[in-house]
Amino acid sequence: MFDNLDATLLARLQFAFTVSFHIIFPAFSIGLASYLAVLQGLWLRTNEKVYLELFDFWKTIFALAFGMGVVSGIVMSYQFGTNWSVFSDKAGPIIGPLMGYEVLSAFFLEAGFLGVMLFGRERVGPGLHFFATIMVALGTLMSAIWILAVNSWMQTPAGFAMNDAGQYVPADWWAIIFNPSFPYRLVHMVLAAYLTTALVVGAVGAYHLLRRTSPLRSGTMFSMAMWMLTIVAPVQIIAGDLHGLNTLEYQPVKVMAMEGHYRSYPDGAPLILFGMPNPEEKRVDYALEIPKLSSLILKHDLNAPLAGLDTVPEALQPPVPIVFWAFRIMVAIGFAMFGLGLWSLYCRWRGSLYDSDWLHRCAMVMGPAGFVAVLAGWITTEVGRQPFTIYGHLLTADSVSPIAAPAVATSLIAFIIVYFLIFGAGTFYILRLMARLPRDPMGDLDEGPIRTAGITPAPQAAKHEETRHGA
Amino acid sequence: MELDLAFIWAAIIAFAVLAYVILDGFDLGVGILFPFFPTKAEKDVMMNSVAPVWDGNETWLVLGGGGLLAVFPLAYATILPALYVPIVAMLLGLIFRGVAFEYRWRTKRAEHLWNGAFTGGSVVAAFSQGVALGALVQGIPVANRAYTGGWWDWLTPFSVVTGLAVLVGYALLGATWLIMKTTGELAERARRYAYVTGVGTLVAMGIVSLWTPFLEPLYLDRWFGWPTAAFSFIVPLLVIGCFLVLAQGLRTGHDSRPFLASLGLFVLGYIGIGISFYPYIVPTSVTIWDAAAPDESLAFLLVGAVVLVPLILAYTAYAYWVFRGKVNPEEGYH
Repeated sequence: MFDNLDATLLARLQFAFTVSFHIIFPAFSIGLASYLAVLQGLWLRTNEKVYLELFDFWKTIFALAFGMGVVSGIVMSYQFGTNWSVFSDKAGPIIGPLMGYEVLSAFFLEAGFLGVMLFGRERVGPGLHFFATIMVALGTLMSAIWILAVNSWMQTPAGFAMNDAGQYVPADWWAIIFNPSFPYRLVHMVLAAYLTTALVVGAVGAYHLLRRTSPLRSGTMFSMAMWMLTIVAPVQIIAGDLHGLNTLEYQPVKVMAMEGHYRSYPDGAPLILFGMPNPEEKRVDYALEIPKLSSLILKHDLNAPLAGLDTVPEALQPPVPIVFWAFRIMVAIGFAMFGLGLWSLYCRWRGSLYDSDWLHRCAMVMGPAGFVAVLAGWITTEVGRQPFTIYGHLLTADSVSPIAAPAVATSLIAFIIVYFLIFGAGTFYILRLMARLPRDPMGDLDEGPIRTAGITPAPQAAKHEETRHGA
Repeated sequence: MELDLAFIWAAIIAFAVLAYVILDGFDLGVGILFPFFPTKAEKDVMMNSVAPVWDGNETWLVLGGGGLLAVFPLAYATILPALYVPIVAMLLGLIFRGVAFEYRWRTKRAEHLWNGAFTGGSVVAAFSQGVALGALVQGIPVANRAYTGGWWDWLTPFSVVTGLAVLVGYALLGATWLIMKTTGELAERARRYAYVTGVGTLVAMGIVSLWTPFLEPLYLDRWFGWPTAAFSFIVPLLVIGCFLVLAQGLRTGHDSRPFLASLGLFVLGYIGIGISFYPYIVPTSVTIWDAAAPDESLAFLLVGAVVLVPLILAYTAYAYWVFRGKVNPEEGYH
């Protein structure tokens, strides 16, 4: 039944599906790991119990999200070989060592210290436990650095040569890692992870503020999240703009698709705010546009000429509507974050940060928006670089494994069923944990594997008990 | 002297895969044995005994895969398509048992479902790994830098037997791990399972060993030709030795000796397989030198590996040390 379906298309669908699910978890755990380190640092510094309580609250959620990230990530590390073996053989000498460094410097660091961070506070003492948390946070950031170097090299390849076997081989590792789009992509993605986490933390804080059950804990996390949003959202908009200019320089076709510029504009291109890209007629229907603004943004000149997709062979164009819409969704959410940050600043100034119900309701609605923005951003950049895997050099159609379409189709269906089941359940458990108040008794449920003092020396155990009863 | 980087990397990858097999082997084994321990209290302790370390254990699998892509891209690009079905099955199995570690504690109503996911995922992952091993040993055809077979070629009586062998072997590792980490009734029960799975592992190793040399003329030559034939005598003797230590450790109630002896069995079996098909990395199509990435790639990652692998071993050892000793049944629930 799948014989009519193209194995390449199925492999692309499978990659898109599994990587989209996967990116949600790192986007959250990069930010949350740093947040946990900050909370613990604040607790050690100030001795304010609220920080430790928040740490324990978010730690459990982190464990769940991190577990899902690990298992969905292992799938990614093998999918290159199962579905994209030609790409793996050709690009392996370059992207392989970068991923190897990711495993050696990031994955082991996270995994090695995660156990201590989750289960070991009473066993190692607060100092070493804080160190373990910092190592986990550092691991998540290292992982982002290496994998974004890989992705950026595929987008803007540099520093390579070709060998007789048709492989891309390293000529200059510095140029490979610090390829033209890497610094921009790294900053944009790490900020996105922090914003995503801030929105989630803010939404959970807002939820509990609205329920008015635990003002100190929920207020503290809400305030911290809103500070993050207020400061980082505008920085992210600037970083995104710079990233866009970098894309214009190295992947102009992607920008044409993002802008919906089917035709060239010799004397100033308009900014199309909204419209319906029409791939058949090669135009944007019902376009709401501001004349010359696109040229001003991209070239800093109202009348600068901008080339359009009419200058690109049809076979080398990305699918415009997907890129066009994904880009607008991302930008809209970015500005909504900026707005929420400003609003919270205003409420803070007026002294109503903790009792402005409408701010809290909006923060709750915005809770999942970071994930949507991250996905939309990745769709923009990944669909926008089609039809290439290694931009300008290796076509997606020439990268795929010589594997029968039914094999890919069957595994795709299996992944879809399993992912919705598993990550659906995980999301449900995370939401349920979020709905519990920090340090509330967990009802008749266990707190999880090895979470309390057991065989710890008596003084430490006693101190721990004190903390608990104090709370 | 010119360094043979491909050889060095073959050794490192071999070490990573072995580290994975014995480390994740025991925690998958705990999952395989999960349904044989009836009470919730026992299951809690079993899971707690591996909860702090399973994630690190599984990272060796990522190093095995990622390392293969980095240094032997041609092997990565031909082995994985050839083993498509067992690899995907393994990944799905690992998903179920990986999330069970966290999900199981988050629900009362569905706890039995996640117990099932923990066991089912562990069984599927272990069996798939064994099948993949068997399919690799029986050979993978390659032409023009691509796998040329079909997507069911991996399924043979031999690969099914190796699948079962790994399943039983992991159960043995799990049982002896539990003897080392637990007390009382649980440890006693684990001891009984260790007897059964120990004998099962020995029998399975025997069958696979007798079968392997007749799969490939190369293996036959390795097993019975000089000088490698020396290993054909030494390795089985050492296997018997390990088994005797295992049996003696179980009989005398020793805590850690059965586990160490089981590790010994795995290391010996692994060496036996490695000797059979070296220097092929894709038997019998691609050697390590055919598959190796250019020296620039090998050297670049080797610098990192030389510095980071010892560091990883150090902090992994530290993490095990933090959670050393018997699991306290009071620790997990109250």
